[in-house]
Amino acid sequence: MNNGDAENLTSEQKKQLKKERRKEKNAQKEKHNIPSKPEGEEPKIEKSKAELRAERRAKQEADRAAKASKKSDQVAANTKQKGPRVPANIQSVINLNKTILKADDPKVQKKAAKKLEKQQVPQRTEGQKKVALFSHLHQYERSLSITKNIGFGKNAIHPAIIRLGLQYAEGTVTGSNARCAALMSAICKLISDYETPPQKELSRHLESKLKPAISFLDQCRPLSVSMGSAIKYIKLQITNIPTGMSDSEAKLRLIKSLREFVHVNIVLAGEAISGYACTKITDGDVVMVFGSSSLITKVLCDAHNAGIKFSVIVVDGRPKLSGRGTLRKLCRVGIKCSYVLVSAASYIMPEVTKVFLGAHGLLSNGYVMGSVGTSMVAMAAKIRGVPVIVCCEAYKFCERVQTDSFVNNEIGDPRDLLVQNKSELTSPLLTNAAWEETDSLKVLHLTYDVTPPDFVAMVVTELGKIPCTSVPVVLRVRSLET
Amino acid sequence: KKMEQFLLDLKQEQFNGSYDLAYKTINHLRKLISQTRWTHAQELMNTIKKEGKKMITAQPSEYVVGNMVRRVLKIIREEYVRLLGESEESANKESLHKMLTAEGNERDDHTKPLKELKTTVIEAVNEYIDEMEASIHNISAQAIEHIHSNEVILTLGKSRTVEAFLKQAAKKRKFHVIVVEGSPLYHGHELAKSLASKGIETTVITDTAIFAIMSRVNKVIIGTHSVLANGGLKAVNGAHMVALAASHHAVPLIVLGAMFKLCLLHYSDIGGSEATFNRLASPQEVLDYYDGGTEELVNVQIYSPTFDYVPPELVTLFISNIGGNAPSYMYRLLSELYHPDDHVL
Repeated sequence: MNNGDAENLTSEQKKQLKKERRKEKNAQKEKHNIPSKPEGEEPKIEKSKAELRAERRAKQEADRAAKASKKSDQVAANTKQKGPRVPANIQSVINLNKTILKADDPKVQKKAAKKLEKQQVPQRTEGQKKVALFSHLHQYERSLSITKNIGFGKNAIHPAIIRLGLQYAEGTVTGSNARCAALMSAICKLISDYETPPQKELSRHLESKLKPAISFLDQCRPLSVSMGSAIKYIKLQITNIPTGMSDSEAKLRLIKSLREFVHVNIVLAGEAISGYACTKITDGDVVMVFGSSSLITKVLCDAHNAGIKFSVIVVDGRPKLSGRGTLRKLCRVGIKCSYVLVSAASYIMPEVTKVFLGAHGLLSNGYVMGSVGTSMVAMAAKIRGVPVIVCCEAYKFCERVQTDSFVNNEIGDPRDLLVQNKSELTSPLLTNAAWEETDSLKVLHLTYDVTPPDFVAMVVTELGKIPCTSVPVVLRVRSLET
Repeated sequence: KKMEQFLLDLKQEQFNGSYDLAYKTINHLRKLISQTRWTHAQELMNTIKKEGKKMITAQPSEYVVGNMVRRVLKIIREEYVRLLGESEESANKESLHKMLTAEGNERDDHTKPLKELKTTVIEAVNEYIDEMEASIHNISAQAIEHIHSNEVILTLGKSRTVEAFLKQAAKKRKFHVIVVEGSPLYHGHELAKSLASKGIETTVITDTAIFAIMSRVNKVIIGTHSVLANGGLKAVNGAHMVALAASHHAVPLIVLGAMFKLCLLHYSDIGGSEATFNRLASPQEVLDYYDGGTEELVNVQIYSPTFDYVPPELVTLFISNIGGNAPSYMYRLLSELYHPDDHVL
């Protein structure tokens, strides 16, 4: 019945109903509006707004004051002597892990992207096919350019840093010592070109200038342990500039200290290590080395120049094939060399008397972080009872602990493993096309791996010959010195 | 003529893997049996021994040739004894009494001419060839028992047996395969492409990353070139490193291989001109002439071994066409395949 009624409503009746509804609505609105309409009540509301504003301002000032007091407390705490240093170490590791090991967490990535934008550092695009086991690490590809969107303005990154970043990304500068030395020289350039803007203090502002530079370098290629150690040193030197020193003096002092860092920790340490290590090489030795390490090459060349008669077997691994560089350097000096790939390391091991390995860094639990493949050679040597000697400068010791090569590693460009030239049609290697089109096919290019301390007989540093497990002792000694 | 061609192929290593070679050898031997003239079993065995020696000296590092020759000899002996009317078991039993009262009787002489010997021998050889052709199928039929879902399996290089095994398992289970490249020939890439095309999640890694990855691997499954008498392996270069890494991380190592790969020889470290275990391939694959031919690198010794010895302690399980076995049991299977008098040809 109702339906019939609704249909029979004429247009006029509908209009009537609409009018009635509108009246009702207006009446309701008026009811609500009544409180604000009377004029007498307006100044009261305005007053309350003004009161709110005043309250807000008071709150903000209170917060600022609280922050300032907190900062001064912290500074006071830092200048206190280094009794329990451990909490700070753990805090630094936790802070590090907040952004670095979370490439698969979208919230963290958003935050990181915002931070990079603020610093005007271009963010690198991730590679397309990531290996699931390493989804927590960044995976970049060389073909996707970093500097396409780089800005050139007043607050832009210094060109020396851009150049350095590109050298890292392309692989022109490799090797932990070389990267650290190049970093120091680029930062020296940055400091010498730096001018403190008026009203600002050198120590505070320079540090804020360094931050975007380091973020950019981190985007180009994840920072190595040696670089991390160098950056810590730089920051310490900047905060230790005595107040009241003129800018030019402060800059000279900084540059001098940075150059000294490189000289003491890389050059002089290298000499000391070479001296210790050469005592371990005797006539008739067959020494096995892996990949390329500037320090190990120096040790072997020094031993040869000292007149010791030994031969060397260079073990190499794809895709970097860095052993070929070592091979050339050793042959130039006149050492008798052999060359094998890592799969033949156990075949040739019966001939070997000693193994010398370089390290990228030494971890606090005694594990040795080196280029991928170091652990393979150490394992093959341990099985046959061949002693493994690791040579590493003390500045590469770090407080991190790690038991496997998954948690913290660097994933290289997967295309390095595939066919390089189109002319190699008969090559058994996968082509780029084959890798891209098959979804379930992934290619993994690891950069580092971690060797357990039971494979290593001895570590030679400039402080002497120590067992692998004494790394935290050295760290403690060094932290007390600085 | 065909024999000469075959010998030449052996010398120049013109064959695709051990199955291919075994197949060709046994066909060759079957032809010998059917085409040459012989009156009694001993004469046939002598002919085969002579031909076998020629083949083995052409390529001493390929044990499959010797295996086939000895298998055929064992087949001949068995058929002879069966036709003579005695059961095989009593013929094989070597009781102390028999040893002491050994007389040259007809049974041991194999000189009694038998009419049906030729046909029965050829029949038995055909049976054996069928068994060989079905070996890959039999091995992959056992795949389901050894792979559970969500496993991470590591393999090295390219083995047809492993490929069939994994593809068969992938029909019912979902798992992840990590393929090691296998320098210097990098056949691992081909295997990875083939597996990924069937929808199996595959990742290719370099040889250098084996130890790093091993902590995440559940099983290592590799094929082998041959199985030695002590249960050790003669496998492709790089297998020993894989086996060492697996034993360090306590990951089981499973080896797939058909029974024709089981050989009588043991591993020995002999080097120099008497070396038959390993073959050193061209150094071109390790350091090519473009890089290595320069003046400063001209005196560098480059090693490119083809095979690796893997001791039996590192192997957890052998899967062959007759089932799974521990490496400590492999020596027992030898007595079923080969006769002790044929150990030295």
